Amino acid sequence: MTDSKYFTTTKKGEIFELKSELNNDKKEKKKEAVKKVIASMTVGKDVSALFPDVVNCMQTDNLELKKLVYLYLMNYAKSQPDMAIMAVNTFVKDCEDPNPLIRALAVRTMGCIRVDKITEYLCEPLRKCLKDEDPYVRKTAAVCVAKLYDINSSMVEDQGFLDQLKDLLSDSNPMVVANAVAALSEINESSSSGSPLVEMTPQTVNKLLTALNECTEWGQVFILDSLANYSPRDEREAQSTCERITPRLAHANAAVVLSAVKVLMKFMEMLPSDSEFVTSLTKKLAPPLVTLLSSEPEVQYVALRNINLIVQKRPDILKHEMKVFFVKYNDPIYVKLEKLDIMIRLASQANVAQVLSELKEYATEVDVDFVRKAVRAIGRCAIKVEQSAERCVSTLLDLIQTKVNYVVQEAIVVIKDIFRKYPNKYESIISTLCENLDTLDEPEARASMIWIIGEYAERIDNADELLESFLEGFADENSQVQLQLLTAIVKLFLKRPSDTQELVQQVLSLATQDSDNPDLRDRGFIYWRLLSTDPAAAKEVVLAEKPLISEETDLLEPTLLDELICHISSLASVYHKPPSAFVEGRAGIRKSLPASARAGSEGVESTESQAAPAVIPAQDSLIGDLLSMDIGGPTVAPVAAAPAAPFGSAAMDLLGGGLDTLLGETSSSPAPPSALAASSAALLGDIFGAPAASATYVAPKTTWLPAEKGKGLDISGSFVRRNGQLFMDLTFSNKAMQPMLGFAIQFNKNSFGITPASPLQVQSPLPPGVAADASLPLATTGPVQKMEPLTTLQVAVKNNVDVMYFACQIPMHALFVEDGQMDKRVFLATWKEIPAQNEVQYTITNVMHSADTVVSRMQQNNVFTIAKRNVEGQDMLYQSLKLTNGIWVLNELKIQPGNPNITLSLKSRTPNVAEGVFQAYDNILHG
Amino acid sequence: MIHSLFIINPSGDVFMEKHWKSVISRSVCDYFFDHQRKASSPEDIPPVIATPHHYLISVYRSSMFFVAVCTTEVAPLFVVEFLHRVVDTFEDYFSECTESIIKEHYVVVYELLDEMLDNGFPLATESNILKELIKPPNILRTIANTVTGKSNVSSTLPSGQLSNIPWRRTGVKYTNNEAYFDMIEEVDAIIDKSGSTVCAEIQGYIDCCIKLSGMPDLSLSFVNPRLFDDVSFHPCVRFKRWESERVLSFIPPDGNFRLMSYHIGSQSIVAIPVYVRHSLCLRESGSGGRLDITLGPKQTLGRTIENVVLEIPMPKSVLNCGLVTNQGKYTFDPVSKLLVWEVGRIDVTKLPNIRGTVTNCHFSALYF
Repeated sequence: MTDSKYFTTTKKGEIFELKSELNNDKKEKKKEAVKKVIASMTVGKDVSALFPDVVNCMQTDNLELKKLVYLYLMNYAKSQPDMAIMAVNTFVKDCEDPNPLIRALAVRTMGCIRVDKITEYLCEPLRKCLKDEDPYVRKTAAVCVAKLYDINSSMVEDQGFLDQLKDLLSDSNPMVVANAVAALSEINESSSSGSPLVEMTPQTVNKLLTALNECTEWGQVFILDSLANYSPRDEREAQSTCERITPRLAHANAAVVLSAVKVLMKFMEMLPSDSEFVTSLTKKLAPPLVTLLSSEPEVQYVALRNINLIVQKRPDILKHEMKVFFVKYNDPIYVKLEKLDIMIRLASQANVAQVLSELKEYATEVDVDFVRKAVRAIGRCAIKVEQSAERCVSTLLDLIQTKVNYVVQEAIVVIKDIFRKYPNKYESIISTLCENLDTLDEPEARASMIWIIGEYAERIDNADELLESFLEGFADENSQVQLQLLTAIVKLFLKRPSDTQELVQQVLSLATQDSDNPDLRDRGFIYWRLLSTDPAAAKEVVLAEKPLISEETDLLEPTLLDELICHISSLASVYHKPPSAFVEGRAGIRKSLPASARAGSEGVESTESQAAPAVIPAQDSLIGDLLSMDIGGPTVAPVAAAPAAPFGSAAMDLLGGGLDTLLGETSSSPAPPSALAASSAALLGDIFGAPAASATYVAPKTTWLPAEKGKGLDISGSFVRRNGQLFMDLTFSNKAMQPMLGFAIQFNKNSFGITPASPLQVQSPLPPGVAADASLPLATTGPVQKMEPLTTLQVAVKNNVDVMYFACQIPMHALFVEDGQMDKRVFLATWKEIPAQNEVQYTITNVMHSADTVVSRMQQNNVFTIAKRNVEGQDMLYQSLKLTNGIWVLNELKIQPGNPNITLSLKSRTPNVAEGVFQAYDNILHG
Repeated sequence: MIHSLFIINPSGDVFMEKHWKSVISRSVCDYFFDHQRKASSPEDIPPVIATPHHYLISVYRSSMFFVAVCTTEVAPLFVVEFLHRVVDTFEDYFSECTESIIKEHYVVVYELLDEMLDNGFPLATESNILKELIKPPNILRTIANTVTGKSNVSSTLPSGQLSNIPWRRTGVKYTNNEAYFDMIEEVDAIIDKSGSTVCAEIQGYIDCCIKLSGMPDLSLSFVNPRLFDDVSFHPCVRFKRWESERVLSFIPPDGNFRLMSYHIGSQSIVAIPVYVRHSLCLRESGSGGRLDITLGPKQTLGRTIENVVLEIPMPKSVLNCGLVTNQGKYTFDPVSKLLVWEVGRIDVTKLPNIRGTVTNCHFSALYF
């Protein structure tokens, strides 16, 4: 006797038959009939017509029958709301039943009936059940609150169910706690406000941690997930929480393990990375992750996607586990592809030989996608581990010899990247590549090949013929290939102008006249104009030195990575997208990693606010700058230098020629320029005829923060005054291995009330090995506090890595304001007024200037000469200056012709500025 | 959380659906079918599929797809683990889990699913508790029920459900008290052409069958527990005791369960019990190739090796194999291109060998 008999039908019609059976007096018959109804329902047949007959069977002592009717109700109540009311009485009665199983069943089913009228009746029984003496009923009721919230959220709030639910968090039974946590987090997720309903206090966390040890595996997942939303107050709490969670790593349920990993990864951020605890925790994390890879393929896939994130965040955890990521012949393809990704991430000098021999095997497999990715991986290996480049190139050459079409094309694409990374090293293989020209039919491979030809046109004798052959079908090419071809031919022309003039004219006319693609036309026009007006400039632009491509081409952006680390084990971690990007109607609370304890509390907020606006306003101001540059003449100098970094990258977009296509086509490589940035900015300046900077003395940049103290960030800088505005010119060099972003700057209170006038705008992200300039306008309206020495400025610079502190000296001359010229009489009166003890003397040694030079030099730096006298063959200069804070300084200089020493007497009401002023004189006159 | 479940057979029929919240039309499975068409084999369908409004998380077991539909951000592993648990439960109930078995027991399956999940939250997944709530069907009970009018559904709350040991039911009584432990170790190794081991690791399990009365408290100790790189335990194992003394101390569930699984990784040396000497040449003269494989024992610690099966996935170009074995039988499936040689016992005096020719399709045949 099996259930399949429920599907046998008679001629009369199934529904009719069932109806009569349901109304049969015999219990057994009824039960059988309901079973038949359920069976039809499970396969998707519509049996809603039987609603009244089924509901009639509800009043019964037989639990199985009751359950079956309930199952039916859950499915169809929504379509028959009026009829569903008939069931209410039974539900209410069942909620009072002495048997806890029946009470729970009733409250559970009622929650599943998504009919508004029923929910009204549900409130009272639910309230009772939430306080039921039996934990089984309580835990069912907890879930029921979540169901009710989904149907009618305002009612749940009005009736105070949320508070009752929160009370359950401290229930004595761990299962009840777990379900309450699950219900609360689901309510949280769907609530429109998006703000957490439950403030996680250390007390709640403690309760949850206690329940964690005793509840079911699923409950553990819920509890761990909600713990991940908690930010411990300090290092100690983070560490003790980690300690209590670590045992979960040995759970048999993969979901528990991964949720535990999430919490640990997040809390570890708060602990000093060099502490013993973190080191031992890092060691403990590896084995469970490896074990996940021995589970079912579906689990492996999710684990691998998460490991991908973990490896990017903390490469140390799995650096010795390379072998477990080797592909097995029977892995499903989705697992294979993920494993390849991780192999590349873990590749290092130590294991590259092994990795390479594996990859070579993979490249001979049958699955096309997998082979392609393997070939690409070989290229990435070469770029990542320099020592292996040679071997990788020869492996790729071997693969090209196989003449398998897609292998060849993929190999050419990656060889192009290798050329970019190691210029002038492997060009000997170009001839082999050229042999395969005809077989290339994919745009990316064609574009790469054309780039190679253009880049090395001077070494390829028949480069013009090769490019010409591509030109024949120009109109049919993919736009990527067209752009590349245009640039390559211009490159060729610049290198061999004599015999390729015709070719370049042909391509320019094709690009500008026959094409509908605006990108292509614009680029064509720019090249054309550059070539016709100034070939030298064209050469500098088109053949400019290319920035290095970064090693890891598809690293996630660090802020996104940090956000995703908070979402380990969730769907977001599988898609590598923040949940706000794909979950419908989700209120956008973005999670972020807790700042390391040392970074202080203000760290987190400023990341969010600073990171975003860094780029966009820069572009706006850039347009303004370009305009003012054209028109404004003399005002140019300060602005042109100010946004140097963003400026450069935009210039690249316009003029970078081959570069941006290349960047575009290896869309994964974010390799932003910076070496080039400065040069092309300067170049543009030349083009538009910007005047040379004025002769204001600018102290050479000094290193303020060496890389070893700045976690890989090296900052050097100086202070300058441009057009009455004080600037802090900074150079940020990223000497770490990862891109940096989210830069922000703050000053401590200082003697002159100096404070940033606008947010720091620096190229972000800043790729490894790249230096970017930034100019920060300063205001002097900040809070004042006297420093020792007076000119000290304490600066805090923050990026995604950490907050760095350093102190620098503001050269006093930068603080001399433009209106520092005193009236002669006022000068005299003031000089007399200031008591003699305020006079300080100083000798400036080794100055070979005449008095006139001194006057003009000082004038340029806002030190104004009031009077000049010649007394006994000595030149006496009387100069005045005013500091940003309104302090006047009066000076008398004695210059004897032939004597390299100048005597300086200074009078000021606040003589402690003297030291700085002397320093300024010294610098200006020697500079 | 889990919104709905669809069970789909390899030919693409949804033969079972269960909704825990509102009803989702089964047309959502079309997205799954799209991926199914693209995949070259059923194993290759990605486990997580995004559709415009839903997320489909699937597992492939016993040639059926169990597709869970979710609408919000969930932990995919949570769903995957749950689906595997569902299949495990079916296997436990019906001794195997196939399409026909599920169809045969629709109502029980439906009741089970309803008991396991409530509003997307797992409710009772321990087979001990489920079996108390819903009795597994067997012929004897079906007959008895028909006679007495009893049902398979229990009307009392399972006693273990809320205790601190939810995995064990109370009042267990056996006349013969016995406990069996199976140690299963899988060695996964990648061995290169020359026969040297690229990597090898052991995934081990301890499966138990415990039939003891009352509330037995057991402990199990190992000779050398340091070997384990990573362990995961059944919830019944007291973790603290393991951490401090390396002893497994536990109150076992009643019946069959997996006590522990462990992993011995690439760091330690893994003994591989057999070696394979091969000479395989697929394209020697025209369309023919040669294959010659010999198996031999290696590091067996004096034990004989039994039940050896050798599987060789052949390249797609292979049409057929004409082989001779000196021991055991071989089969070649021309569809999956899988060559299976059931060797049996390895006799040290006469090493098992398989040799012969493989037929390739011509290259020219590929083009015309």
